[in-house]
Amino acid sequence: MQLPDAEIVFKNLAKKIQSDQGKDFALIGIYTGGVWLAERLHQELEIAQPLGTLDVSFYRDDFDKIGLHSQVKRSEIPFEVEGAHILLMDDVLYTGRTIRAAINELFDYGRPASVSLATLVDRGGRELPIAAQYTGIELELPANKMLELKRGESGKLSLNLYDRVHPE
Amino acid sequence: MINRNPQLDENGMLRHLLTTEGLPASILLHILDTAESFVGVTERDVKKIPLLRGKSIFNLFFEPSTRTRTTFEIAAKRLSADVINLNIAVSAQSKGEALLDTVNNLSAMNADMFIVRHAQSGAAHLIAKHVRSDIRVINAGDGSHAHPTQALLDMFTIRRYKRDFRNLRVAIIGDILHSRVARSQIHALTTLGVPELRVIAPKTLLPKMVERLGVHVYHDMTKGLKDIDVLMMLRLQNERMKGANLPSPEEYFKYYGLTPEKLSLARPDAIVMHPGPMNRGVEIDSAVADGKQSVILPQVTFGIAVRMAVMSILAGN
Repeated sequence: MQLPDAEIVFKNLAKKIQSDQGKDFALIGIYTGGVWLAERLHQELEIAQPLGTLDVSFYRDDFDKIGLHSQVKRSEIPFEVEGAHILLMDDVLYTGRTIRAAINELFDYGRPASVSLATLVDRGGRELPIAAQYTGIELELPANKMLELKRGESGKLSLNLYDRVHPE
Repeated sequence: MINRNPQLDENGMLRHLLTTEGLPASILLHILDTAESFVGVTERDVKKIPLLRGKSIFNLFFEPSTRTRTTFEIAAKRLSADVINLNIAVSAQSKGEALLDTVNNLSAMNADMFIVRHAQSGAAHLIAKHVRSDIRVINAGDGSHAHPTQALLDMFTIRRYKRDFRNLRVAIIGDILHSRVARSQIHALTTLGVPELRVIAPKTLLPKMVERLGVHVYHDMTKGLKDIDVLMMLRLQNERMKGANLPSPEEYFKYYGLTPEKLSLARPDAIVMHPGPMNRGVEIDSAVADGKQSVILPQVTFGIAVRMAVMSILAGN
């Protein structure tokens, strides 16, 4: 299957966000792919607020099934969440469970004025009532495939498709 | 291959935390890395996460302890677990109930995890071997054998201040003989690749053949502290002393008490650690305990994050 060029998809996504939001909003990337995208966006749009990062491992709903993820990163939100207009950024939107976890974690930092979501790829398959305000591209993929964003040594982003090892 | 380490399951995953002895560096580092993320949680306004919601954690303290029990309790509560504290020294044991009967009763109340402190070496091992396979056991100190979470929080503190273990000179100072903390520290430091590990103590407070653990033995602080990066002080355990190991606390302070003068023999950026509670004026001078090089209070703070990490990893494995 031919996958789209992540760099081109990202450019389109960045344009949509810029024309709609300007640069006066707070940006939070979700580990790992979402943080790469958010770092790029933060730089290209020259967003004044420092960039936030979330690792939602402590808020996931599959802890009882699969335990703690092996490499938990530290969540860092270097701005006041209370009253902020926040854009969450992730690489692939699928079941919506990661975003549910991210919103829960976010609210333990404070009560934001608004939260919206940007995703590079929306592959459907939602299991929760969650939608993205900004989507780079929509892709239909079989459930046994896993879509992952990769970042090369030069910083170049690419999409990769794998067979799912652990069926959900 | 026969799995000789009762802490690990057949896939090498950590099932119980009983001792740092025999744990691979990968597991120690995984705990430290996970704890790093929990430090972030403990610095927020809302210091609670939902990870262990609905789990019941029993603090089984057969030996009195305020600090360790409290830090385990805080760690469990910050993970949203329900914590039940049992001070068994004054409860069932005084009525003659056997250790494993106590454990059976609490397992029947659907316990998910036991935190065990006991005066007998091997008590936590015994419980870990006995419990149902879905129950996890953490050793919070058994006799003079092991105190793995203390050693892990010490490793976390060292890494925070010194970053890399592989170029450090570390000295453990004081009552090595009675210290479960020292044993757990020695195993962890050795596994994490500390190239030079010293113990400094009078002969009467050193176990026989301590050199076999891979440490260099010093009886003199002046020589032992030279070029040291990390000083790990131990508490003089008066309650465990049998017979005349020491002439007097004053005499001990004179030779082994850490004063600013003795500390100046170590590297100028050396850090001073102590597992608490401190005997001020016996093993450590107040000027050092409260001084610039002391990281004793950060140790306490990091202890909560490290215990949160251990509980979450065990509960998830």
